Amino acid sequence: MDVAQFLYHEARLLDTQQLEAWLELFTADATYWVPLEKDQRDPLETSSIIHDDKTLLDLRVKQARHPRAHARLPLARTVHQVSNVSAREKDGETEVHSTLVLVEFRNDKQRTWGASVEHRLRRDGKSWKIAHKRVDLVNSEGELDGIAILF
Amino acid sequence: MLVQPDRVHRSVYADAQIFDLEMEKIFGRAWLVLGHESQVKYEGDYFTTRMGREPVVVVRETKDRIGAFINRCAHRGTTVCAEGRGNAERFVCPYHGWSYDRSGMLKAAPFADGYAKETLAGMRLKAVPRVAAYRGFIFGSLSSSGESLESFLGPAKASFDDFVDRAPGGVLEVAGGVFKHAYNGNWKLMLENHLDGAHPAWVHASSVAVARGAPEPGKPGEEHYYDIAVRQMRQNGAPDSVWENTGMWTTPRGHGYMGDYHDDSRLVVGMGNPVFDSYRKKLAEEKGEKEADRALRVTLWNTVVYPNCSFMSQFRQMRIIHPLAVDRSVVYTYSFRMPGAPQRMFRDTIAFSNVVNGTGSWVLTDDLEVYERIQRGFASGAVEWAQIGRGYGRDVQEPGGAARGGTGTSEIFIRAQMRAWLDYMTAQ
Repeated sequence: MDVAQFLYHEARLLDTQQLEAWLELFTADATYWVPLEKDQRDPLETSSIIHDDKTLLDLRVKQARHPRAHARLPLARTVHQVSNVSAREKDGETEVHSTLVLVEFRNDKQRTWGASVEHRLRRDGKSWKIAHKRVDLVNSEGELDGIAILF
Repeated sequence: MLVQPDRVHRSVYADAQIFDLEMEKIFGRAWLVLGHESQVKYEGDYFTTRMGREPVVVVRETKDRIGAFINRCAHRGTTVCAEGRGNAERFVCPYHGWSYDRSGMLKAAPFADGYAKETLAGMRLKAVPRVAAYRGFIFGSLSSSGESLESFLGPAKASFDDFVDRAPGGVLEVAGGVFKHAYNGNWKLMLENHLDGAHPAWVHASSVAVARGAPEPGKPGEEHYYDIAVRQMRQNGAPDSVWENTGMWTTPRGHGYMGDYHDDSRLVVGMGNPVFDSYRKKLAEEKGEKEADRALRVTLWNTVVYPNCSFMSQFRQMRIIHPLAVDRSVVYTYSFRMPGAPQRMFRDTIAFSNVVNGTGSWVLTDDLEVYERIQRGFASGAVEWAQIGRGYGRDVQEPGGAARGGTGTSEIFIRAQMRAWLDYMTAQ
């Protein structure tokens, strides 16, 4: 599968709320990071909107399925529009840059997100696994309503 | 009467005219938390914030003086200082170049000849009339008269003392980024939630459940990055008896704090952890064993400083709420580093902040959902009253002006906030 197709596949799993299948795309040592600050270098001593390892990401998906997950019941409907995909080899992994426009709708509120996204992918047979995903929202430092979706 | 001893009228949360009055009579008078001295360490350092709806700049005017002014040019009303923080010798309006010194005095205006001399003399950015600090925390009041900051804080000073006394050298600094989360709800809903021991089992049911399924915290020295946050989420699922036995204190100005809910063995990476041990050792070297023990045994949890702040001294998190409209609020969440403590401790603060208080948190997002649902309920005119009577009649007066709830789930903290609200709103 080429890299762009893989990213579209990932987006489709999120938009069809197949969160468990989406989680399977990540390696056991994966990190999923939505920084709080522009050009943020450090996830440990600066806050992040989301900074999850695979364990936390698994818990995040489990929370979304809990019958009293008030902010996630129902889950927001989303469309992930992925474009500007470019890839290069780096340190034995494939580093992919893309842009994301995401429309989210829930509780009569519609929001539009824009982000630069970086994936670090590892070969997995004919497909890929995500070792690292970083989503830099253009408004990460702005005043934001609560975030209960996955980018 | 909109506020009665055990119930509140819905319009207190939903009526835009009442909100306008609140901005004048509460946010226009009370001491408001503006920030911390570490945000303005050096002369000329400044940061922007709000006092109620007023845009404000807080600035270190001189080595020994912190001031604040309304961020509005005397000429044409422009905000002279862009949002954010920095260091400035002069604040120059982008519209016509009127420039003000660090104390807000007008120093120069182009085409000044066009005015009569006395028109410009003494012109300035309107000063926040009173600015004062308690143990490094900066407060301001938009009223030129009123009680002192210390009298306003009353017994709630103990919570600030706890915050500072835990830090080696008593030094804290704002660090690690600021979360800014907003919700479609009244500002009071947040303050009324932070001391509510009856809500976590319901509101946070989903994060409690997933935290129980999380891997067990690592052995001392081998903790996972997220253990501190998982512990906190699990603690939200504590049995009813824990909540009932939690201490709940309020003050005449509407402040409140919880105690006995956490101790360091349950919550902070506990005794036996090498990082915590070296921190404790440092405190003991500095203050003596006895005082270090005392400082670490103070277990004040959430503290509400009415009407604009809430903080957690053990986790060094502070939230400042800015009301935007009757049904819209924004909250800035700050983390504090203890420069004299092992660096690793700040990682726990950040992990805690991300998972518990952050905009993408497991925990906070469910609170925000509920605030918005309360606001929608209060918008309905079909039902008039909301109940604040749990534990009413069982409050205990304590020396020093505090009142303690009969049990930890008493709604005494809302009754105290509403009594303070009424005092502000009806004062001449």
